[in-house]
Amino acid sequence: MDLPILSSLILLPSIGALFLFFTRSKSENKITVKYVALFTSLANFFLSIYLWVLFDQTTSAFQFVEDRIWIEGLINYKVGVDGISILFIILTTFITPLCIISVNNSVTKRLNEFLIAILVMESFMIGVFCSLDLVVFYLFFEAGLIPMFLIIGIWGGSRRVYSAFKFFLFTLLGSVLMLVAIISIYWITGTTDVVQLYELGIDTKYQNLLWLAFFSSFAVKTPMWPVHTWLPDAHVEAPTAGSVLLAAILLKMAGYGFIRFSLGLFPSASEIFTPLVYTLSVIAIIFTSLIALMQEDMKKLIAYSSVAHMGFVTLGIFTIQQQGIEGSIIQMISHGLVSAALFLCVGVVYDRMHSRLITTYGGIVDIIPKYSVLFMVFTLAALGLPGTSGFVGEFLILMAAFKDNFLVAVLASLGVIIGAAYMLWLYKRVIFGKLINSELKKMIDLNKSEVFTLTCLAIPTLYFGFYPEPLINTIEVSINDLIDTYNYNLASK
Amino acid sequence: MMSNIELIFPEIFISLSIMFLLILGVFKKESSKIIQNISLVVLLVATVMIFNETIGVEKITLFNQSIIIDYLSSFMKIITLLAAFVVLSISSNYLKTFKIFKIEYPILILSSVLGMMVMISSNDLIVFYMGLELQSLALYVLATFDRDQLKSSEAGLKYFVLSALSSGLLLYGCSLIYGFTGSTNFNVISNQFNTNEYALTFGIVFILVGLAFKISAVPFHMWAPDVYEGSPTSVTLFFTMVPKVAALTVFIRFLYVPFLNLIDQWQMILIFLSIASMLFGAIAAIGQKNLKRLIAYSSISHIGYALAGLATGSNEGIQSSVIYLTIYIIMNLGFFSCLLMMKRNNIYYENLDDLSGLSKNHPLLSLSLLVILFSLAGIPPLAGFFAKFYIFKSVIEQSMFFLAIVGLLSTVVAAFYYLRIIKIMYFDKEKESYDMDHSLWLKSSLTVSTLLILLYFIFPGQLIDVVSRINII
Repeated sequence: MDLPILSSLILLPSIGALFLFFTRSKSENKITVKYVALFTSLANFFLSIYLWVLFDQTTSAFQFVEDRIWIEGLINYKVGVDGISILFIILTTFITPLCIISVNNSVTKRLNEFLIAILVMESFMIGVFCSLDLVVFYLFFEAGLIPMFLIIGIWGGSRRVYSAFKFFLFTLLGSVLMLVAIISIYWITGTTDVVQLYELGIDTKYQNLLWLAFFSSFAVKTPMWPVHTWLPDAHVEAPTAGSVLLAAILLKMAGYGFIRFSLGLFPSASEIFTPLVYTLSVIAIIFTSLIALMQEDMKKLIAYSSVAHMGFVTLGIFTIQQQGIEGSIIQMISHGLVSAALFLCVGVVYDRMHSRLITTYGGIVDIIPKYSVLFMVFTLAALGLPGTSGFVGEFLILMAAFKDNFLVAVLASLGVIIGAAYMLWLYKRVIFGKLINSELKKMIDLNKSEVFTLTCLAIPTLYFGFYPEPLINTIEVSINDLIDTYNYNLASK
Repeated sequence: MMSNIELIFPEIFISLSIMFLLILGVFKKESSKIIQNISLVVLLVATVMIFNETIGVEKITLFNQSIIIDYLSSFMKIITLLAAFVVLSISSNYLKTFKIFKIEYPILILSSVLGMMVMISSNDLIVFYMGLELQSLALYVLATFDRDQLKSSEAGLKYFVLSALSSGLLLYGCSLIYGFTGSTNFNVISNQFNTNEYALTFGIVFILVGLAFKISAVPFHMWAPDVYEGSPTSVTLFFTMVPKVAALTVFIRFLYVPFLNLIDQWQMILIFLSIASMLFGAIAAIGQKNLKRLIAYSSISHIGYALAGLATGSNEGIQSSVIYLTIYIIMNLGFFSCLLMMKRNNIYYENLDDLSGLSKNHPLLSLSLLVILFSLAGIPPLAGFFAKFYIFKSVIEQSMFFLAIVGLLSTVVAAFYYLRIIKIMYFDKEKESYDMDHSLWLKSSLTVSTLLILLYFIFPGQLIDVVSRINII
């Protein structure tokens, strides 16, 4: 490869942000700024599609690898993709332009800085998904806190300060233990290169503690019960674009981390701690679904549903079967699309009515029909109706879970039913019913850019629901190899 | 013996310049500006001399082994000189505002720098004590420099009393060690210590306590917040950086040359000092309302991290401490440059609330401060993260997991108050804007330090390459 395509993907948004830093838009609507940001993120999206086209699906080896000495004898800047990570990169580059389009209505002050934060965030997120060195991974993983803290804190709602602090400190607390673990791995094996670590393996006697240290970080970020409490706060207070980024991509970092690091580096510890993850996942699925039922704030409801969906993801990953992990990845992609869309939907009505309370709405189906249709698509996708991408993931996960542990699978299936309940009830209360609040009559239906963003999200949701083959083909070989290595490492102990 | 005298030419040059400047100050009226400029030149020339003469020297002892010139001393001297240079160059506007732009200021800074250079090169307890007293005496006066202000006088007096007490303890420790080994020279002591180990440990403890006072490690930190708050801001900047370089060098030399064999005895003390400083510094800063006081606690906490590197008893540990100190100095420079920019109608503001909404009036200033604060909190990819990373790497390589975990957890606590400053800057309502007529020195010091912090991750290897030549053990 002549063009260092992954580094370009990482750098391009930051360069765009640098441009924005020096751009001063004179006109009121700040059109230049928006176009610079949009152009950058679109260029990045097409670059990532180009990456997917070049990507060789028949091998599980890392591709497009770039390996440069960064700190002599200590850290190498090493990036590369395999089937597991490439989809997340594309998800990131796909969601970011949509976020930028959506700021039209929701962000009114300091637009320039907001777009810089989003673009820098994109850089960091892509970096997380393609780094093949633990220190580089940690660097990107943690660096993302800075722009997100600012996004929530500056452009957030009324309790933004509390939420921003909670978000930052929770994730930092989880992550510092991971830093200890990463340095310990360096101390034990003498390298932080993931590819080398896959081959070397880590001594079984250290694995349990290291696994727990990584788990503390990923569990907070996923988020798993009982450390999920930062998520509803952060979601509710963040501006729409921030919520979208948070739900669609930030949460996926942890799921990706579980697959790449927890399973890949610590097989024997993963085997030992599987019951723990199962228990926490099932509690997350059922408990947070029940909480979601009782929410009166739409954003909070979707935030809790995210926790439940991520519960499915962790459950699927730790079944350690082909179907389970495939299901988890598809579930993550699907959740990335659907939750992004749902937050955008909430953003749409919030921009018009300035209320996120469910009771404010009701009976708006006749007033804003386009909105109602699109909202329905995503509601159904969120509850996992066959024909939407949500179904594929959940189905594969549950199938794998049934093979492994019947009780867990039954309980998780119960969660699917509650999930359907709260999503449908939400839809019913917001869209159908009697029109009581006369203010609602003034609502305007979706404008062009809103229709465009939501349709962009609806198409892949439905497409992958009917035909998940492109996704599965991309990830299949890598996961197969991951599980083979896993079993091999386990047996050789 | 005198063949290597050129190695201490920088010290000789500075002492001669001090005498010359004093005479010049007496005979020439209105000479503050000239003396300030000459002092700047003196500092630069001394730096260049060290670059030319001593930087290639592996290890040479002079004057009956009482002075040592090695890579560590050259590196630390260069840092001291450059930091003093920046302090001197950015403080003139501040001093003029308070009408204390006098000839004594640069001269006192020069003399304290001279004392520090002697400390850094000392290989003998007496030489070390001499250097220490020279720098302390200059610092007492600097702390009270704004003598019409009650707070400044109070700060100076407090610093004097407590520092004199600690010097007394230190001297007592020296005398104990002399009594049991028969020498004050580090090399001789290190060959001698089949004598009574317990008695020596007493001496070490007293000296450690004295040194801990100087770098304000918990539980010997009580003077720091008051002195930092009361002193003129430019002096506080000097306090937070330069004396720590010298004291930490002595720490390294004292522990690793004569007493490396007693590591079991002093390692526990260092671990305690380190953990106590990191935690206390982080927790106590939360409630502070004055930025200078806050940065005092933050510096206590940062010294804890530097001590953690020293507690490892390995060369990597020493190197990581030196890296930490270097990066910390850059961050501190940036922070104080921001502080010195908070001026409105000739009044300097130094409370947390005065930062309120800074980002709206001064986007660039607040962006720099944002970068500096996140770096102080140790968030990647900024320089502060790498500093902590090296420290914890060397700590974990010695299997000191407890220290590493406590240290990293206290970064989370510390992150809280750095975030609080950012919150005030970015999330709160704006106040009146500040004056923007800053000197070029101040602007460039802020720009350079911010850029160094921000872009450190591109070339992290350079600093390591430089520091990895430090070889004590």
